[in-house]
Amino acid sequence: MATRTPGDALAHPIAGSAAKRVPGRGHTRSAVLFLAPFGLLFTAMLLAPIGYAVYQSFFRTRRSGLGLGPSTTVFAGFDNYVTALHDSRFMSSFLRVFTLGIVQVPVMLGLALLLALLLDSRGAVFKKFFRQIYFLPYALPGVIAAIMWSFLYAPSVSPFTAALRHIGLEVNFLSDDLVLASIGNMMTWAWTGFNMLIIYSALQAIPGELTEAAVMDGCSGWRVAWHVKIPAVRPALILTTVFSIIGTAQLFNEPAVLSQVAPTVSPTYTPILATQQSADINNYNYAATQSVILALLTFVLSFGFLKFTQRKGTFA
Amino acid sequence: MTTVTPSAARAAAGPPGRPRTSSLAGRAGVFAVMALFALYTLIPVWWLLVTATKNSGYLFTTNGLWFSHFDLWTNIRDVFQEQDGIFARWLLNSALYSIGGAAVSTTLSAMAGYALAKYPFRGRDLTFNVILGAVLIPDVMFALPLYLMFSQVHLVNTYWAVFLPSVVSPFGVYLSRIYAGASVPDELIEAARLDGAGEARIFWRVAMPIMSPALVTIFLFQFVSIWNNYLLPLLMLNSDELQPVTVGLANWREGVNQGIPYNITITGAFLSVIPLIVAFLVLQRFWRSGLTAGSVK
Repeated sequence: MATRTPGDALAHPIAGSAAKRVPGRGHTRSAVLFLAPFGLLFTAMLLAPIGYAVYQSFFRTRRSGLGLGPSTTVFAGFDNYVTALHDSRFMSSFLRVFTLGIVQVPVMLGLALLLALLLDSRGAVFKKFFRQIYFLPYALPGVIAAIMWSFLYAPSVSPFTAALRHIGLEVNFLSDDLVLASIGNMMTWAWTGFNMLIIYSALQAIPGELTEAAVMDGCSGWRVAWHVKIPAVRPALILTTVFSIIGTAQLFNEPAVLSQVAPTVSPTYTPILATQQSADINNYNYAATQSVILALLTFVLSFGFLKFTQRKGTFA
Repeated sequence: MTTVTPSAARAAAGPPGRPRTSSLAGRAGVFAVMALFALYTLIPVWWLLVTATKNSGYLFTTNGLWFSHFDLWTNIRDVFQEQDGIFARWLLNSALYSIGGAAVSTTLSAMAGYALAKYPFRGRDLTFNVILGAVLIPDVMFALPLYLMFSQVHLVNTYWAVFLPSVVSPFGVYLSRIYAGASVPDELIEAARLDGAGEARIFWRVAMPIMSPALVTIFLFQFVSIWNNYLLPLLMLNSDELQPVTVGLANWREGVNQGIPYNITITGAFLSVIPLIVAFLVLQRFWRSGLTAGSVK
């Protein structure tokens, strides 16, 4: 999975930029000077590549003769897109990641919410200790974690396989049936604590009077959680869901490492792997097309989710 | 994976009508669930620690979750000797990319965030929204076309290819703007102006010190995200000497079939994790404040 940066993009506007004065010419100049270094790099490293990818996706390299002669670049219109949409391996990579996300994201966020509620509850002990433990996987680079799990899944060295064999079960975590679930487990292991901390921070911000009033009214702990706490952390849940959608769409590290050891993980297992493979074989226009499609789909899913949750119910 | 019954969760927050105490059974239920998940989190890390102390041969024959023949020092020596000691180079590269990239990106973010918070100018909201929008776009969207662009200007396979994209942090600008808006008083800036200070001087001497808690957070997040990056260096770099430790170790993992011993990769992974875990434990409160600023308002 690629790295996700915390910070809420859309869920709330900025408060506190109190500027009542009418803009002066000198101030505009200062603002431009302060913004220029970031703005230039932002344009060069983020905006330009997007434009370049879109541009590239409309061209195609044609080689003359038997592919040995000089190549020419020709305008291809939407041909690359049509090819991609008929590319069964590329399309099944989407389906695979979508299936994984539909199961893994709710499981992970459900767990994160449960753990945050338990940490926030009165009955909890050693809160600080547990919080640190849960957040620990965030400190492990995704690839290093993937390398670690690749050994933990490998039949010859896995302590889990050995333990299961002890009780008479023969399980191969890298088999065709299980490898997707194994990847889901790696993602859950890596990100539950991170999401838990975001939700937990939101829980801490709920005014004490609100929960106490509910308790006075005779609400049980379970009902306080359901009727007061969960609605109050709705923005945090939306935020973590959007991060998870973006992160799942970019699934790369785990399958990239597993593909080295498990033949079940093909070079086109996820959309990013497929895109990278196209680049590896110098089919840059097609790679650009694939990355545009992936970005569009991710954007539609994450933005669609935001819109859907904003329309549905206005409380919280 | 843990499962939990509704009754355990109900018990978690205390029985109805008795807000001040919670039953012993309830506490035990909460503790059991939390401990179970802690085990799930810890076992893989524990395995990594234990296995880093083992010689290759014992990896296959001994219990993976407990120590036998303590060979950690030999393993560490082997890690640093493999391929003429390239592991030290990888660590150094990672440190260079991460510390340098995070320092530059924090400075640029602080300047941009401060400008967006404190200077009213036309197009300010548009600028800010474009920067925020970038957070929602997948990394690969930038990484691959950047590779194509860099190969045209012959930046591929240089330090710059990894360094330059790392210094742009839209999230850093976002945090800086929130923090500057909330904590740097307009009156203070105005007073400094009346005293004859220039805008740059006000930023460095007045605003930056006030913003420093937010800047530490930005630095940390950027540091970790650069240290953890895999796709970008994988695309951009060919030569082993320029790789960060993540890519190097992944190559060793792949090379297990070509004779790179298991214990080298595992002990290397273990060693590469230590600096981050230490940084994370020491600077913990900054993580939380960063996450809180990002999610609660």
